[in-house]
Amino acid sequence: MHTSSLKELAAGLKARRFSSRELTQHYLGRIERLDPGLNSYITVTAERALKQADAADALLAQGQGGPLTGIPLAQKDIFCTAGVRTSCGSKMLDKFVAPYDATIVKKLDAAGMVMLGKANMDEFAMGSSNETSFYGPVKNPWDVTRVPGGSSGGSVAAVAAGLAPIATATDTGGSIRQPAALTNLTGIKPTYGRVSRFGMIAFASSLDQAGVVARSAEDAAAVLQAMSGFDPLDSTSVERPVDDHVAALDRPIKGLRIGLPKEYFAEGLDAGSRAAIEAAVKVFESLGAVVKEVSLPNAPLSVPTYYVVAPAEASSNLARFDGVRYGHRCDNPVNLKDLYERSRGEGFGAEVQRRIMVGTYVLSHGYYDAYYLKAQKVRRLIYDDFRRAFDEVDLVLGPTAQNVAFKLGDKTDDPVAMYLNDIYTIAANLAGIPAMSLPCGFVEGLPVGLQLMGNFFDESRMLNAAHQYQLATDFHKQWPKGFAS
Amino acid sequence: MSFAIREGWEAVIGLEVHCQLRTVSKIFSGAATAYGAAPNTQADPVTLGFPGVLPVLNADAVRYAVTFGLAVDAQVAERCVFARKHYFYPDLPKGYQISQYEQPIVAHGRLDIELDNGTVKTIGITRAHMEEDAGKSLHENFTGVTGIDLNRAGTPLIEIVSEPDIRTPAEAVAYLKKLHQLVVYLGICDGNMQEGSFRCDANVSVRRKGAEKFGTRTETKNVNSFRYVEKAIEFEIERQIEVLEGGGKIVQETRLFNPDTGETRAMRTKEDANDYRYFPDPDLLPLEFDNAFVAELLAQLPELPDDKKERLVKDLGLTVYDASVLVSEKAIADYFEKLASGRDAKIAANWVINDLLGALNKAGKEIDTSPIGAEALAGLLKRIADKTISGKIAKEVFEAMLAGEGEADAIIKARGLVQITDESAIVKAIDEIMAKNPGQLAEYRAGKDKLFGFFVGQVMKATQGKANPDALNRLLKEKLAG
Repeated sequence: MHTSSLKELAAGLKARRFSSRELTQHYLGRIERLDPGLNSYITVTAERALKQADAADALLAQGQGGPLTGIPLAQKDIFCTAGVRTSCGSKMLDKFVAPYDATIVKKLDAAGMVMLGKANMDEFAMGSSNETSFYGPVKNPWDVTRVPGGSSGGSVAAVAAGLAPIATATDTGGSIRQPAALTNLTGIKPTYGRVSRFGMIAFASSLDQAGVVARSAEDAAAVLQAMSGFDPLDSTSVERPVDDHVAALDRPIKGLRIGLPKEYFAEGLDAGSRAAIEAAVKVFESLGAVVKEVSLPNAPLSVPTYYVVAPAEASSNLARFDGVRYGHRCDNPVNLKDLYERSRGEGFGAEVQRRIMVGTYVLSHGYYDAYYLKAQKVRRLIYDDFRRAFDEVDLVLGPTAQNVAFKLGDKTDDPVAMYLNDIYTIAANLAGIPAMSLPCGFVEGLPVGLQLMGNFFDESRMLNAAHQYQLATDFHKQWPKGFAS
Repeated sequence: MSFAIREGWEAVIGLEVHCQLRTVSKIFSGAATAYGAAPNTQADPVTLGFPGVLPVLNADAVRYAVTFGLAVDAQVAERCVFARKHYFYPDLPKGYQISQYEQPIVAHGRLDIELDNGTVKTIGITRAHMEEDAGKSLHENFTGVTGIDLNRAGTPLIEIVSEPDIRTPAEAVAYLKKLHQLVVYLGICDGNMQEGSFRCDANVSVRRKGAEKFGTRTETKNVNSFRYVEKAIEFEIERQIEVLEGGGKIVQETRLFNPDTGETRAMRTKEDANDYRYFPDPDLLPLEFDNAFVAELLAQLPELPDDKKERLVKDLGLTVYDASVLVSEKAIADYFEKLASGRDAKIAANWVINDLLGALNKAGKEIDTSPIGAEALAGLLKRIADKTISGKIAKEVFEAMLAGEGEADAIIKARGLVQITDESAIVKAIDEIMAKNPGQLAEYRAGKDKLFGFFVGQVMKATQGKANPDALNRLLKEKLAG
């Protein structure tokens, strides 16, 4: 069952070849058996899942329900779920239970999906390897001595290993695409404002965007569509109808204009990855796409720009975790200052503390103009680069990451090396455009991801191109050893 | 005992007023803003700053802020930005306050105040920005810990910052009263100072007369009555001059006013002031208005106090003094206009100013809780106008109404106070009095005119004051003349 597409699962459920309860139990059984070696879930919500499955079965029995009714998923533990702990990968929220659901949780519940549990992640989504989680690192199913990427490491590991058919994820600088690339999945971060951020614990509010990681573009399209849409509870969500991504999948892509940004193929890109991506370009050409070189001259400034903007917003967003109203509180504080210092010092891990320090610094009096304001200006230039590129082409294509998955512990002592993992992904967040990663080959048995970036609200076109590519290739159908059966 | 600034010195004063906007719900959430509820019963997840929740701007708060800007002839920004102001305090749930910094909603306004000598002075309004209120820390009834009540957190405020145009404590009070009057007139603030709906911080510095440069200023926080503001500023001026004359220096600092001693004391200096690390709030898009939105609010702007005063003088013929008293509070003006509608405005004004306000003052009551409503008082005035009772009897009826005996008509009837206009009845009473007092009659007729009053009094007494005064005067004169 776990090797089926969502469409096949939906057909099986509809035909009553199996029930949602059976499907859910199948995944819960796999989680119990296989997750101890991967650590992809922080919380498994078996009881809640079976209740949802039974409700879905009742609907399906009456011939009701939609294409997602009864299909299980994993929710990244950054989305608040009423009555179920939402830890955000942090000791700070180890005991936190929100009294509300995130909007996307509500939407996917309403679509009839069954939540298996809450997926592991880097603490407060700060990391590119899932090694900063308070709940321990997640292992990459393709090689358990390697990282799955981050911050959505739990989401990708669960889907890659067949411990969930699909999972939600979030992407602030690449946290959907880079882990998807490292685990042979299709992951999409939609346009900023397309999916509500309400109930999604904020890291960097102007960059955070929710999306999905899936086994194919087709699967991703179905769930993304159900998640998307205007939310009056999120002032930055956009009031604009959601395109029919699923219907758009089958369009031929003849004449599709694809741009290859020369800056994305410069130094630093691993040779094997480059070869896989160049081969993928040939496939797109064979499908009728027209390929040309484009330039994103300010793209190389993405990483430094991001590491001013994101920590600045994070330092502000994380100020609320003060031990006063919820979350970790130190034992026996002697005064207010002690309460703050020890609660935050104990509750936050090293990487989170580092980013709070950086963010506090760049917003400080006398430094604001030199750092934050300047970063915002560069951000505008990066946005302009994309605007210009999309005058010439429909999609921009490049690598998702410089390398395949690296070893656990390899970069934990070198934050800058870790930050460079997101060198190709950050620009899309800074510009607010949609972007996705899809499998395009292997280097020494490890998956390579291809990145597509689209114009604002052009998710359908991106998913369409990815789906057509996946009809012509079978990289995405490959399974890590030991998990297919 | 009026305050005078020491010879050779001048004070420079600027005021920051926090004015709570009277919206039903909070500035960024649907939680209620009502005052006085049990602690934390009006604290929803947004107010509590829970993880993942987001602010959604209250449109009424924006309308109120723009309305204020229009009323003080200010520029209403076409685009304004919400910014986060960071500091850690337990009653500030998110660790930052959503405020406005570089791009406030209102800038460059003005307010005219009237000074004691009758001249008008214009006080500049630098800006007014929107922000959310913080919660309250509770120290009473707790030992060893502090209680937090977040009901107030997230209540919409506008912070109104004046130019340093104010020179004396009296001007400061005049400005505050004028501002208070204005926001209540506009209906954007309930003006309740005890409940903290209208709070003032005073920036005060002093300099030698003739000096151009401002002296170092101090900021005295949260002074919540007109009298305290005056006292705090007086104290601060005296203190600063004292320090400077003694060869000392003023430290830029925040001070607190103690109403019990009338003194201010240092709270924190500039050195340990917070670095607020302002930056635009990424959860809220910049606010942009079109002209139509502003034009609509301009069209809905109620009559402002100064305009109303002018109209009362010009159109209704009231004295400037009476008009000032009547417009001093919106509730009084509303009462008066309701009362005066369709009747003699001067008589209505006299009743409100001399009788009603005096009585309320004595009873320690406000006009909106007056035991005699405008309609009830109108009922009384109607009976004077139609000569059912005399003005004198009306005072008695008024007292009875004040005591809660009911409507004017009911009291007049119950007490039999209907005026005697039947001239034969009055003549009869006059005849009886003249017969009873031959001595006085002889004296009067011998030229002692003063005794006329004696006879009026006697007849009134005999008629229980019900004789129509005009008729009585006329008839008595005829009769006494013989």
